[in-house]
Amino acid sequence: MLIPHPLLGLRDSQEFTYLGDASLMQRPDASLDNAEAAFCDYVFLRDNPAGVHRELWFHEQGDRSWLVVTRDTTTHEILGAELASDVKGAAK
Amino acid sequence: MTRLTGGLIDRNAPLNFTFNGKTYKGFQGDTLASALLANGVQLMGRSFKYHRPRGVFAAGSEEPNAMVELRTGARQEPNTRATVTELFDGLIARSQNHVGPLERDFLAVNDLLSPFFAAGFYYKTFMWPKAFWEKLYEPMIRKAAGLGSLSMLPDPDDYDKGFLHCDLLVVGGGAAGLAAALTAGRAGAEVVLADEDFALGGRLTMESDLLDEAAATDWIASAKAELESLPNVRLMTRTTVFGVYDHGIYGAVERVSDHLAVPGDKVRQTLWRITAKRAVLAAGATERHMPFADNDRPGVMLAGAMRAYANRWAASPVKQDSDAIAIFTNGDDGHRTAMDLIAKGANVLGVIDARDAAPRFGDYEVFAGSTVTGTKGRLGLTSIEITRNGQSQWHNVGALGVAGGWNPNVHLASHHRGRPVWDDSLLAFVPGPNGPAGLIPAGAAAGKGGTEEALSDGMRAAITALSEIGVTASEIALPKAENMPSEQVAFWHVPGTKRATKKRAWVDFQNDVTVKDIALAHKENMTPVEHLKRWTTLGMATDQGKTSNISALAVMAELTGKSIPETGTTIFRPPYTGVSLGVLGGGDTGPLFRPRRLTPTHAWAEAQGAEFVEVGPWMRAQYFPRAGEATWRETVDREVLAVRSGVGLCDVTTLGKVDVQGADAGEFLNRMYSNMMGTLKVGMVRYGLMLREDGHAYDDGTCARMAEDHYVVTTTTANAGLVYRQMEFAHQCLWPELDVQLISTTDAWAQIAVAGPKSRELLTRIVDEFDLSNEAFPFMACSELTICNGLRARLFRISFSGELAYEIAVPARYGHALMQRLMEQGADLNATPYGTEALAVLRIEKGHAAGAELNGQTTAQMLGLGKMVSAKKDSIGAVMSRREGLAAEKRRLVGFKSVEPQKQAMAGSHLFTEGAVQDMSTDQGWLTSSCYSPHLKGYIALGFLENGDTRMGEIIVAANPVEGQTVKLEVVSAHFVDPEGGRLRA
Repeated sequence: MLIPHPLLGLRDSQEFTYLGDASLMQRPDASLDNAEAAFCDYVFLRDNPAGVHRELWFHEQGDRSWLVVTRDTTTHEILGAELASDVKGAAK
Repeated sequence: MTRLTGGLIDRNAPLNFTFNGKTYKGFQGDTLASALLANGVQLMGRSFKYHRPRGVFAAGSEEPNAMVELRTGARQEPNTRATVTELFDGLIARSQNHVGPLERDFLAVNDLLSPFFAAGFYYKTFMWPKAFWEKLYEPMIRKAAGLGSLSMLPDPDDYDKGFLHCDLLVVGGGAAGLAAALTAGRAGAEVVLADEDFALGGRLTMESDLLDEAAATDWIASAKAELESLPNVRLMTRTTVFGVYDHGIYGAVERVSDHLAVPGDKVRQTLWRITAKRAVLAAGATERHMPFADNDRPGVMLAGAMRAYANRWAASPVKQDSDAIAIFTNGDDGHRTAMDLIAKGANVLGVIDARDAAPRFGDYEVFAGSTVTGTKGRLGLTSIEITRNGQSQWHNVGALGVAGGWNPNVHLASHHRGRPVWDDSLLAFVPGPNGPAGLIPAGAAAGKGGTEEALSDGMRAAITALSEIGVTASEIALPKAENMPSEQVAFWHVPGTKRATKKRAWVDFQNDVTVKDIALAHKENMTPVEHLKRWTTLGMATDQGKTSNISALAVMAELTGKSIPETGTTIFRPPYTGVSLGVLGGGDTGPLFRPRRLTPTHAWAEAQGAEFVEVGPWMRAQYFPRAGEATWRETVDREVLAVRSGVGLCDVTTLGKVDVQGADAGEFLNRMYSNMMGTLKVGMVRYGLMLREDGHAYDDGTCARMAEDHYVVTTTTANAGLVYRQMEFAHQCLWPELDVQLISTTDAWAQIAVAGPKSRELLTRIVDEFDLSNEAFPFMACSELTICNGLRARLFRISFSGELAYEIAVPARYGHALMQRLMEQGADLNATPYGTEALAVLRIEKGHAAGAELNGQTTAQMLGLGKMVSAKKDSIGAVMSRREGLAAEKRRLVGFKSVEPQKQAMAGSHLFTEGAVQDMSTDQGWLTSSCYSPHLKGYIALGFLENGDTRMGEIIVAANPVEGQTVKLEVVSAHFVDPEGGRLRA
């Protein structure tokens, strides 16, 4: 697969390490009353959609960026790739 | 000899080769199959199941029958198709899958027993008694049904991997492929043209068609010369594109030196990963046959293959020139073979055409409305039975060509589950519209098999492909060519073999699947193609049913009364043809399996005679034996005692190092580590414990605060890359607002542990005016400094051994020199290098956790570090570490002493109270680490024991049922040495 790195252009997926569902970026607030339940969901429960999936890839053999890649899991079509820090920053 | 005239062989370059020990002669340009045919050898092998005598059936990589073993010794290679084996001088080939000589295979008895080996026999026959399957039936069947044999020696050849990028990949160098490559090449596009054959031209080299009213080889030669002259075109012969992968990535194997006796200084094969913006699939077509009774005798082959042998290799399919040849066809194509054979002077009996209104294109007999209904000849065809309207007559022939129509090679187009679609006019599946993105089928692969239409379709495909990526290509002048007549009817097999007991008509030759087997599968309701395949093993042999799948579908369609596309389609998967494991490894074998990392003192340690051990990707010195030491234990005991009584030196560079800088570095590390790091004073070091987000202990190390906004943290060797990745994740994905920068400096700094009561004295001799006194530089201090007259260094007063100890870091290139300097300066102090074994003994004696204790199943509480998980702040894993299941965990890290000091309890042993039944319900924990302690002169261990911290002095049992061992242990503190820590602070 080829990943369209937002800074470096098309890069071979072999340069990356895969982590999984981008929901891992939504770490719960530890100070909440239901923190333990929220962390349980965060750590153990993932959606596994057949279709469009937002997921985290680490450019480990490259510039060490974490990317949020939007991929169709049924066709492997890559619909987009963003820097995770931009995605997180924009959400704040 | 049955060599014909002409052909593309070099008669000035004769080659000698042997087949089953007999020497034959061929020519440069021959394949093993063509040379054997030209020597009158029809019998080339035995079938997989019934051990039936078999001859060559095809002329390309689709060959099901002529499988041979090549070469001898370590280069012996089984299951090689004689049809694609290029002849070289001295080639040694043997037929396979027979016991005794090929002509009298003892396992041919299987053929007589064939009623017992019908479809699905595995599932029915060998079920009882159950234990017999593994011990008797399976090994027996495997032995009898095996193909070739392996040498069992290491492969002496080299393999390589390569990467290519191009605008257009052209798969296949026949008429369509060459036209596509010329069109794209002239347009200036980056082109890769790959063909599995050693010669370019594809089917053009095997036909008698004229191009521009001259031999097709003239045009091929000029096209090849032009493509070779273009710097933007790469021609790759002997290269099979075997698979289509995501986003325009193609896998290909180049057989660099398979055609040489030995590769010499070349690699044997190269695995290419080709990234192409677009690709043209010009892979041609494969002829199919029409099953009839006893159609598997040597001498029966595809009519197109027969034509190829005659035209390209000047080889006749018969044993003697005088033997007659017949053609059995359902269309015009079979007549072409007759015409070409006649032109070569062969003795053609005639064409048996299933059509009542059969045409005649030349001076030969036509048996219209006729079929072949039987054959004779034990080791080679001697006669065939021709039947018309129930009237049969036997004719003597030495060879029979079968022309059942052509199947486009849609394989690559279906690699992404692209379903081929049925074309009723072509009576074949062609690539469907939902194939891999960017792959455009052309020529015969797209159902356009006439020479004229293949050429123009190749050009069109290239223009279309390039226009999609913004490159304008012009039409090129193509040579004048014709499309030969190709009328045919839907005639799939000769009726009468579905149920008759004696007559068998083979569909899949390599796996011995007959029409009757398909009828049986239908009767047993295995009608979906997926079931048909697995029940009968059709298409599951090394040829993957290239010549049989469609015929089988047609037979099943007839049985079910459905159309062929309703019955099913075959979805092909990579690889197109077999790929050797050697080339997939691409040379990454033995020590080259993965990169090996060497420490800065590796060469020095080697010179000291050190033994090395693999630690993850690193090679680390394990121990440094001295003359007179009989066992490794003697060496390790000496090294340990040297550290405890004097000073020892150990390269600890492999521990991960991460440089953390920025205004929020302290806050960031507060969130990464379970304990507080933000409060650490500049110039001090703190032990840190990291958790996983699920609350388990993950990694440990030290954090040294070099400046207000600068920390240097260490990780374990094993987790160096993972922890760094996790820290980058936390920084970029969780808290990008923190002002912090991270970089791994593991390889940038060489780090040496200087440990033992005399370590301060030794270091005093190399530092530049630096106060090492306990007051100025106490336990857990750190500093930047210079040593050896100006070399910048970092010094940490940390201890893994429990002794007064330091770790000193210098830029990696000075690591070797630093070790030498320390050894010179410490000669009178008996400075002793120690390896990973002594390192482990020292840390077990001190009760420090390492990989065996931080194994992913343990918690901070279990490690006795529960208080390190700060409740004052959030950190990775903090919330989950407090959940009920983990908080209730009662096992604790403690030490153990063998009651009989010289008896070792193995790490991994499980712990039980004395006299208890030993099972899961009474299990009290396990041993993690164990060693001989020269300090205590007996075996000790660390482990997790239920409520261990309250059971000091109790005698328990360590059980190792794998080795039938039980050892009595006394529960003690994990700190075997200096539990008060006085030595650390001395």
